[in-house]
Amino acid sequence: MKKLVSVALVGVMALSMLVGCGAKEAAAPAAEAAPAQTEAAAETAGAKSFVIATDTVFKPFEYTDESGAFVGIDVDILAAIAEDQGFTYDLQSLGWDSAIAACQAGQADGMIAGASITDERKESGWIFSDGYYDATQCMTVAADSDIATFADLKGKTVGVKTGTQGAAYAESLKDENGFDITYYEDSPTMYQAVLGGQVVACFEDTPIMKASIQEGDLALKVLDDSQNAGSPYGFAVFSADKQELIDLFNAGLKNIKSNGKYDEILAKYLG
Amino acid sequence: MVRIITAYGGLLLKAMGQTLLLALCGLIFACILGLIFGLLSVIKNRACNIIATIFVDVIRGVPMIVLAYFIYFGVPYMWNTILGIGGMNLTALQAGTICLALNCGAYMAEIIRAGIQSVDKGQMEAARSLGLPYWKAMQKVVLPQAIRTMIPSIINQFIITLKDTSILSVIGFPELVNTAKNVVANTFMSFQTWIIVGIMYLIVITILSRTAKALERRLNRGRE
Repeated sequence: MKKLVSVALVGVMALSMLVGCGAKEAAAPAAEAAPAQTEAAAETAGAKSFVIATDTVFKPFEYTDESGAFVGIDVDILAAIAEDQGFTYDLQSLGWDSAIAACQAGQADGMIAGASITDERKESGWIFSDGYYDATQCMTVAADSDIATFADLKGKTVGVKTGTQGAAYAESLKDENGFDITYYEDSPTMYQAVLGGQVVACFEDTPIMKASIQEGDLALKVLDDSQNAGSPYGFAVFSADKQELIDLFNAGLKNIKSNGKYDEILAKYLG
Repeated sequence: MVRIITAYGGLLLKAMGQTLLLALCGLIFACILGLIFGLLSVIKNRACNIIATIFVDVIRGVPMIVLAYFIYFGVPYMWNTILGIGGMNLTALQAGTICLALNCGAYMAEIIRAGIQSVDKGQMEAARSLGLPYWKAMQKVVLPQAIRTMIPSIINQFIITLKDTSILSVIGFPELVNTAKNVVANTFMSFQTWIIVGIMYLIVITILSRTAKALERRLNRGRE
């Protein structure tokens, strides 16, 4: 009896594995077909639909506010552009790393996550929209720190957030000024490291840094003369067949810039 | 893929070195902690047993990522601000080593306890009745037998700990996963990077487990 049960169990397991694999294989073409279908369906209804991926917390570009609503500059800009261009979208807050992977895998059509437009990213096959925001980067230190210039960083360690332009800015200054870099995964951890003294300074986008200091009442100060020239943020897609989405985004961006909606959104979050 | 290897291969190899360094540091201290608490839990002393149980239960009951944040940020904060002593600053390597040592140490303590208890009681009794003192009997009779049964579990724990170093990417230690995230962010090439990283882990861990298997065979020689 025992033997029979175990044989049956093994059989069920083997079967479920087979079914699992089979289902996946079957699902793949279905998934490819699905967007086409929904697109077709949407077209007849007069609107296209896209899946857009974004980061979880990148204040004030995307974050969850006190009421639990997902808001931010990226979120509002996307909403305004979608309204202007007449497409619908499903915004998914996946996190930075996962958003990149989702676009590559085709699970998302595009991403808007305060991603800077860089040549290295373009070389990897990504297509960016026109820049929708020019961010400068700055150095921030603890409020009672006596560090005032990059030269004061000699022999010290600074914190940056993985993949940001702040990180690129710090990397460009590293050799000349002789400091080390520690890479954190999110902004709160990085700020905590400056407050706790694990690193002496951090490099972050100026608007984000200022908003975070103000809202979190953090004992940090931005060194204003440490700002760089800045680089634009862009909306990104991975494959050329998503060019249409980029065109829609660019056209919409132009419109909301000229009708004042764009400035309204920035004023709402940056004051 | 080729571009990642040519542009970032050196960086990833260096990160693998950091991973191994962290794992090695953590494992050395974990072995010491594991031995201490493993022995504390088997000797016939109630206070020692309770201390060992508390250590194992607390560490096993806290996820390592929480432990990592607590040690990296919490401990210096308590030391400097709450206790007001000041001057404490843990580097990511120090915090990571403590974290791995505590986490792996707790599991090692359990492995060592189970190993010692798996040796027949009669062995200790026979050694004692021949006039060997307790620690001599433990050292010469019980432990050599216990170690043989422990080895596979210990190797398993070593491999788990080596992979657990990836959790310490959250406190900014430049190990393989932390570095890979940088590469992904710079190049926006997610899969290619993670495939390379996965293969790197696989190679190192395969070498480690093959070596361990060979060692195990050597230790077991002449047993059967």
